Amino acid sequence: MTCSVSPAAERTKQEEVRRQGRRLGWLSLGLGLAQLAAPHTVRRISGVDDSATSRAVVPAVGVRELVHAAGLLAGRRKGIWAWTRVAGDAMDLTALGVALAHRGGSRRRRLAGVTGAVAGITVLDLLTAVQATRADHTGSARAARGAEKGDSVELTAATTIRKPAPDVFAFWRDLENLPAFMAHLEQVRTTGDRTSHWTASAPFGKDVEWDAEIIEETAGERIAWRSIGKATVPNAGTVWFTPAPDGESTEVNVVLVYEIPGGAVGKAVAKYFGEEPHQQLDDDLRRLKQVLETGEVVRSDGAPWGKRARKEFPQRPAQPLSDAELEKGPDA
Amino acid sequence: MRANTWAGRNKVEVRDVPDPKILNHRDAIVRITSTAICGSDLHLVDGYVPTMQDGDVLGHEFMGEVLEVGPGVDPGRLRAGDRVVVPFPIACGACAACAVNLYSCCENSNPNAGIAEKMFGHPVAGIFGYSHLTGGFAGGQAQYARVPFADVGPIKIESDLTDEQVLFLSDILPTGYMGAEMCDISSSDVVAVWGAGPVGQFAMDSARLLGAAKVIAIDKEPYRLELAERAGHIPVNFEEVDVRSRLLELTGGRGPDKCIDAVGLEATHGSAHIAAYDRVKQAVRSETDRPHALRQAIMSCRSGGVVSVIGVYGGLLDKFPAGAWMNRSLTLRTGQCHVQRYMEPLLRRIERGELDPTRIITHTLPLEEAARGFELFKNKEDNCEKVVLKP
Repeated sequence: MTCSVSPAAERTKQEEVRRQGRRLGWLSLGLGLAQLAAPHTVRRISGVDDSATSRAVVPAVGVRELVHAAGLLAGRRKGIWAWTRVAGDAMDLTALGVALAHRGGSRRRRLAGVTGAVAGITVLDLLTAVQATRADHTGSARAARGAEKGDSVELTAATTIRKPAPDVFAFWRDLENLPAFMAHLEQVRTTGDRTSHWTASAPFGKDVEWDAEIIEETAGERIAWRSIGKATVPNAGTVWFTPAPDGESTEVNVVLVYEIPGGAVGKAVAKYFGEEPHQQLDDDLRRLKQVLETGEVVRSDGAPWGKRARKEFPQRPAQPLSDAELEKGPDA
Repeated sequence: MRANTWAGRNKVEVRDVPDPKILNHRDAIVRITSTAICGSDLHLVDGYVPTMQDGDVLGHEFMGEVLEVGPGVDPGRLRAGDRVVVPFPIACGACAACAVNLYSCCENSNPNAGIAEKMFGHPVAGIFGYSHLTGGFAGGQAQYARVPFADVGPIKIESDLTDEQVLFLSDILPTGYMGAEMCDISSSDVVAVWGAGPVGQFAMDSARLLGAAKVIAIDKEPYRLELAERAGHIPVNFEEVDVRSRLLELTGGRGPDKCIDAVGLEATHGSAHIAAYDRVKQAVRSETDRPHALRQAIMSCRSGGVVSVIGVYGGLLDKFPAGAWMNRSLTLRTGQCHVQRYMEPLLRRIERGELDPTRIITHTLPLEEAARGFELFKNKEDNCEKVVLKP
């Protein structure tokens, strides 16, 4: 199972944030090495060479800087590591504040200079941390997981169904059956030999509709289709039916491709697919298997809503449904 | 109806919940006459199995009378009025797993297969009252239960055997039996069973039934060891003797030919510091399971022997003796019991008097006292071995 979602603008933004994180990483590396290799020089520049405590504190801060550096240079989640730098800055500023309060003359001037520099770096750290956190939320995990293929989502999934290939093919070829197991589809209406009209529940609260046509078909083996006309989310799909080695089952392989539009619609669509879009197609195929092997979608008390089960956990408790819940039916 | 529910870690509560109704065509509604508390219910209540929710109805060992069947149930197979024992794994009877009698791996009965897949790599069957990971099905410690795929699972009891004689066909008797069956026992085999709880006792009885020369019971509770001894098995108390030395003594230095782990993920250990080590690792979630029994079974087993695991494991464990397992040609066999496979033959054995499941029952309580039943069983108070609840 694979998937990929990667709007281009988002990618550029993430790259910029990553570069900024790396720059801070190099800064940490330099500071850390200096504090470990030449602690006395650092103490003198900072004006704390008169304190015994600073002899222990400066190398310790150096070690901490190396941890920041490792995280920022090698870690994937720049957001988290940038925040560790912000926390470190807060510690440093506190320590410098304490040192300032106890000193006068040239030491105090040197300390004030260092404090000013640290305050400046803190602002930079804070900005990077906030941006990196936003970037993490909008898609670094997704980008890291799948191959990047432009502004489209490609989903693949497979299942094995204990029915002969011609039967499974026939069920799928009657496209009006698809909403029985595909979560996002409300209705598919056949409009011609190869054409159909699809209605899907949309992320913006109202349904989206489009026309589709079957572009290739090999009886018992393969069906390929694509949306035609002005679909809000242009899409295409292919399903293969292959006899399994056991001689009685059918391997079903599906590939769906959605062209994600830009702007607000694109964002909403991406959000609709969620962090794990492949999970939806997986669950679709599980329901297809249930329908073909057992006659219907299996309902439990915790997950009674058939294909409308959006959320894996928490669910409703595993206790019988109330009359009001029961009336909603399996696709409430 | 009244039902015993999970109310958070270490807390169960009998509450009012709606009566179950038919949701799928092949469902049946069963009025429960007897139900029981299983050792694996303790794992849920102790908080070691994830995906439990407040209000989940517990219980996967139950039997009763069919009140209603869905339109998809062949009346030739099951009809209102039938007296049935319900197996704990829910199985569709049609998928590739069911076709080869691997009912607890049914590919269709778990609507939360996605969660199970994340935990286990591939999904497992739905189970009554046993977390959302196994489907989120309401359990049978209740007055009524909905039984999906009622034309596949439940076995009709048409003789006049008592509830107590047949109730354990739902889980622990087949589970113990499968533990012994996986050992491929021959007449020269010494079989050692870790855990003298209900499942362990039935594994011991089954091992003898399948022809073992000698059956050894390993536990620390004197009353559980006595129960095993009364049934003709050899007790070994791991708090009093060194298990390894005692097993070598009892087997002429060979080690048991076949070992059964009927303990699972909440094992205790005779050595306090090892017990503490695993307890701490479990508490900080750096391992989810405490596998002392499994480790000891593997280390004790004779080279070329079989280690059969029927104790429940939920996640990850630490310090698995892979070297002993690999270098000494051990076979590790395991599985949640495929109960449907064993109900009919074991019912016949009960009818013929070859097995007496009632020997382990120590407490019978009304459903309303479920919480007390859990306390007794968990803390091994009042020599508690098995609690039967009457709704």
